[in-house]
Amino acid sequence: MSEKIHVRTQINGSDVDFLCENRQSLLEVLRDVLDMTGTKEGCNDGNCGACTVIVDGTLIDSCLMLGVEAQGKSITTIEGVASPDGLHPIQQAFLENAALQCGICTPGFIVAAKALLEREPDADEGRIRHWLAGNLCRCTGYDKIVRAVLDAGQTMRGN
Amino acid sequence: MAEKGSRARAMAGGTDILVQLRGGRFKIDRLVDIKGVPEMNQLSCSTAEGLTLGAAVPCYRIYEDQTIQKMYPGLVDAAFIIGGIQIQGRASVGGNLCNASPSGDTIPALIALGAICVIEGPKGRRTLPVEDFCVAPGKNAMEDGELLVALQFPPPAPRSGAHYLRFIPRNEMDIAVAGSGVSVVLDEDRQHIKSARISLAAVGPTPIFAREAGDLLAGKEANEESFEAAAEAAKAAARPITDMRGTIKQRVHLSGVLTKRALRKAVARAKEA
Ligand SMILES: Cc1cc2nc3c(=O)[nH]c(=O)nc-3n(C[C@H](O)[C@H](O)[C@H](O)COP(=O)(O)OP(=O)(O)OC[C@H]3O[C@@H](n4cnc5c(N)ncnc54)[C@H](O)[C@@H]3O)c2cc1C
Ligand code: FES
Ligand code: FES
Repeated sequence: MSEKIHVRTQINGSDVDFLCENRQSLLEVLRDVLDMTGTKEGCNDGNCGACTVIVDGTLIDSCLMLGVEAQGKSITTIEGVASPDGLHPIQQAFLENAALQCGICTPGFIVAAKALLEREPDADEGRIRHWLAGNLCRCTGYDKIVRAVLDAGQTMRGN
Repeated sequence: MAEKGSRARAMAGGTDILVQLRGGRFKIDRLVDIKGVPEMNQLSCSTAEGLTLGAAVPCYRIYEDQTIQKMYPGLVDAAFIIGGIQIQGRASVGGNLCNASPSGDTIPALIALGAICVIEGPKGRRTLPVEDFCVAPGKNAMEDGELLVALQFPPPAPRSGAHYLRFIPRNEMDIAVAGSGVSVVLDEDRQHIKSARISLAAVGPTPIFAREAGDLLAGKEANEESFEAAAEAAKAAARPITDMRGTIKQRVHLSGVLTKRALRKAVARAKEA
């Protein structure tokens, strides 16, 4: 069972090869094998969204996907959100709106918000709250997070 | 899979089985990812043939499909409320059904819509009406080595409509205290009900097909009085338990309320269809 499997995938635009056990989750692979610790573990059972990543354009919880399933896929993690020129508008808006306290939930929220705003930059508050229902935050009370995503949407629409 | 018998299990989205394995609910030797099987990923929908839904198709592909939105809004209702967006990116209707939880949200919708399970195993292929599929909490009618390949939905009848809704204490991301899925077909006058199917979630050891509740609507006028009668019959069909999510009394009551609301909406949809 502990025989390692070779997986080739793409993470944040770069080709990545890794070895993992068949029972390891993508979350464990990111954090423990690839040292990409931006993606957080909250619950490890699909409830909190701290481990959110985008796989082939679809938002998922990386704790509920196996590492071996990454073969041939294209994955975006929080490390791929900012560009060399600086923070992504969503990250900027989180800072400006003080939308984080302890920060554990933040990478998941930002990746989830990115997936939404890239499809629907004019998402309204109701849509944002619905979209982010799979992300939990124990600190902020959500209001500041929702404001930040609304602001980021405005920036991304270019006004 | 056949070689490992009950020590081998299929995985579609993994949103049930990975959590169960991690929780130590059971031990297995082999987990087979079925998402690579093209037939299990197919989604074909047409007015002539109805819908063929591959067992591993995740929820988001169902509710984002415009033809399905138009033809099977009752199925979309259910696919749209499984977990949050991240869960819907992986969770399949096939997995929801195979997991055979009494509170599986898609199952009453499948029963109301008259879906047929296409099952493949070492002895060949067979079909089973979805209402006969769940046999006990967490147990389905498949034998070791059998797999659910797809669900087949008949084309919606003219002047038909369906709806699924559940009661949960939160707005999203919760397990149903009770749920009701209904489908109705109206007569040509659009005032009378030709036939109806009603199914309940989370009020028995399996999802319940409340056949009598639907049958008694045949020939009745599509009005509150008829909905009330069907709701009473649905309450009679409910066999809930009391647990941390709700009491027997609350769940029986909810079965009636939800069935009435589901009927109103399904009839409204049928009038527009
Ligand atoms: C945070 C969270 C929220 C959730 N919310 C809801 C909710 O609101 N409502 C709800 O009903 N459920 C909910 N669920 C449960 C789960 O997401 C659903 O039951 C989902 O539809 C399961 O699908 P899957 O593809 O992930 O199944 P898997 O986990 O892949 O499989 C489930 C079971 O079915 C078997 N199986 C799967 N496919 C086949 C096949 N083709 N042939 C034979 N056996 C098969 C597996 O062996 C396993 O036993 C939630 C789960 C999580 C983690
Ligand atoms: S760690 Fe994956 S959802 Fe909580
Ligand atoms: S900032 Fe602490 S959990 Fe959200």
